[in-house]
Amino acid sequence: MVEIIKTKNLSAYFGEKCVLKNINIEVYKNEILGIIGPANSGKTTFLKALNRLNYLNPSYREEGEILLEGENIKKIKDNVLRKKIGIIFSLPQVLPISIYDNVAYGPKIHGIRKRSILDEIVEDALRKAYLWEEVKDRLKEPATKLSGGQQQRLCIARTLAIEPQIILYDEPCSGLDPISTAKIEEAMRELKKHYTQILVTNNTKQAARISQRCAFFLMGELIEINKTSILFTSPQNKLTDDYIRGKFG
Amino acid sequence: MNAHLREKIAFFILGIVTLIVILPILGTLFYILKNGISAINWEFLTQPPRNGMKEGGIFPAIVGTIYLIIGTMVFSLPLGVLSAIYLTEYAKDNFFTRLIKLAIVNLSGVPSIVYGLFGFALFVIFLKFGTSILAGSLTLAIMSLPVIITATKEALEAVPQSFREISLSLGATKWQTIRYCVLPYAWGGILTGTILSLSRAAGETAPILFTVAAFYLPYLPRSIFDQVMALPYHLYAISTQVPNIPKSISFGTALVLIGLVFIMNLISSILRAYFRRKKLW
Amino acid sequence: MNLKTIKEKTIEFFIRISGFLIILFVILIFLFLLKDSLSFFKKYSFFKFLTGKMWLPISDNPQFGLLPLLLGSLYVTFFALIICVPLGVASAMFIAEVAPSPLRGILKSLVEILASIPSVVLGFIGIVALGPWIKKFFHLSTGLCGFTGSLLLAFMALPTIISISEDAINSVPKSVKEAAFGLGATRWQTLWRIILPHASSGIIAAIMLGIGRVIGETMVVMMVTGNSPVLVHSIFEPLRTMTATIASEMGETVRGSLHYFALFSVGLILFIITFIINFLADLFLHKK
Repeated sequence: MVEIIKTKNLSAYFGEKCVLKNINIEVYKNEILGIIGPANSGKTTFLKALNRLNYLNPSYREEGEILLEGENIKKIKDNVLRKKIGIIFSLPQVLPISIYDNVAYGPKIHGIRKRSILDEIVEDALRKAYLWEEVKDRLKEPATKLSGGQQQRLCIARTLAIEPQIILYDEPCSGLDPISTAKIEEAMRELKKHYTQILVTNNTKQAARISQRCAFFLMGELIEINKTSILFTSPQNKLTDDYIRGKFG
Repeated sequence: MNAHLREKIAFFILGIVTLIVILPILGTLFYILKNGISAINWEFLTQPPRNGMKEGGIFPAIVGTIYLIIGTMVFSLPLGVLSAIYLTEYAKDNFFTRLIKLAIVNLSGVPSIVYGLFGFALFVIFLKFGTSILAGSLTLAIMSLPVIITATKEALEAVPQSFREISLSLGATKWQTIRYCVLPYAWGGILTGTILSLSRAAGETAPILFTVAAFYLPYLPRSIFDQVMALPYHLYAISTQVPNIPKSISFGTALVLIGLVFIMNLISSILRAYFRRKKLW
Repeated sequence: MNLKTIKEKTIEFFIRISGFLIILFVILIFLFLLKDSLSFFKKYSFFKFLTGKMWLPISDNPQFGLLPLLLGSLYVTFFALIICVPLGVASAMFIAEVAPSPLRGILKSLVEILASIPSVVLGFIGIVALGPWIKKFFHLSTGLCGFTGSLLLAFMALPTIISISEDAINSVPKSVKEAAFGLGATRWQTLWRIILPHASSGIIAAIMLGIGRVIGETMVVMMVTGNSPVLVHSIFEPLRTMTATIASEMGETVRGSLHYFALFSVGLILFIITFIINFLADLFLHKK
């Protein structure tokens, strides 16, 4: 298994509050890494630290290192980094433009102007997100007209269109109906072939379904990380066991 | 006296007072309308004044005001929008930023005649532009900055933060995000604020007194270094310096000036309502 | 890729500069006023300027006493405030808390219309209508006096006072109002005893901004308050404000003459006064 991301003693603060304590974790290429834990355990902060989105908040501070393919991400320009590491947010957030334009936004930003190429990229991304069949006849319609589940898949397509290496998911299915959730999980399984994915989820069953390895975060600390099957059947830490059984969180 | 009776009396008084405020507004408008409408005809609007302003029309003043409006916009819009972008998207919460905000508040409170003095000293004399459309426009532009900056700031802040997050997370740079994901949605507010600000500039007299306005010019301006006649100054001049000016002409001038300002205000309000309805998010 | 970065860096440079330019403009205004004022004070004592009771710029022994002009401005402002503060705050209360919804919209539009009337038009109304009427009504020798100016200035300041007071009243949290109602207070009692005190800093800011507006007004006073730069005993006499002095005399001075520089000094004093007022008003507006 090839290592693609590694964090070394990563700690994070919002103002005085410490939200991540000394996280040491590796992420392997082409895996789906699940991150579970109760609210406020730092899962989202960890995710957003990887593509430096936390810095949108002026009170954010970091210590330690994050390495992407061996290189410290601080040495990579923000916009270049974020092209390599895409993110899907928990609430489907589409821009108030057409479906086509939403997906094409990323490639256009990165300099692709030719219509024919954009058409290809958009179709390809929508197919991979399992959305193409539903929208292929109405690409020019406003994206806001789609249902929640469709919008979230649109967000996935939007991210795929910039051809990232890594895709981050921040509780992508919260608030979605079971069918949409199933479609998204199906998409994630297919995407495994070409992308590395990290899934933060409140839904332990979902983590058990899709991820190969799983990490348990609690109060900003990494409590345990292991192959999913092992973590769920015989966790080594009592806290992990309690959480999975639903005793808290 | 019980509390409810007291309330009725109090509210009644408040209503009367408001009426005292409102009636003169309406009265003034109707008064000008009544006395000025007779002068408004094609000749009045398209002919220059004759016979010492007592006959003819106010065409050059209208043209001059329009030139000044355009000139003011050319200078104030880019600078105003860029400053607002700086304040909302780039500025950190520090002393320098507070200083800028304080400067904006102060610019909006500077008396118009002080702008006139400043414009005269800086643009007419120091930069040697002479009394010209250029000097007048620059002066009016600085005066208009606070309104444009405030309107632009509000328009930018109204764009949801999620848009920026989405754009950045797709690998766009900060400027790309502003240009493609924020500004397009702010133009409505920016336009509305600009038109409002220009409508005020159109009605100002003091800043143009020594920077551009001329009492009478026998020809229309040919370059930005020319002086120009302007509606507000024209009204001032004919009501204070021309004895026995026919009532219709002076009221007609006032009516045209008010009309111009009102139309611009109306356009601004209609645009504001339009963009509010069209709210995309 | 590099060209794009250069373009972007250039744009960001201009953006950053624009913020700085705003500060620069304020400083420039101050400096240009100061520069020519200093030329004045080199030849005329600052103390004599501030305390002189006579403004006679074109006599053989020119006197540049600020007092008649300063007091003219203050006098006219004071009377304008007496009229517009009660009217404005009361109207704001009516619009914000009493008027039913459709009426509120109409009233606010009318106030906005008042705000957009150019000052020269109000000055014009003063000359052709208000002045003669005041002359008749108060049996004066001329209707062009301080009082006429105060009346018109009061109306000019009303929109400022009304809209900012209205904002202040509206920004009182609903929970405060509901608490009062819950204790059985009538709408009037709530308005008078609870909302108004709560909104007081905003209303004070509104008044200060109104003061700033009135002191800085030029055209109305120039056209309507008479043309008499002397110390007056009554608001019904013709007088002159600082603003009107600059506006009416600037065109007649020779560039570089003492009179010319004196007018810049008046402008400097005006700038400083309005600077302080606006600074204080801003403090009150942000005092929550």
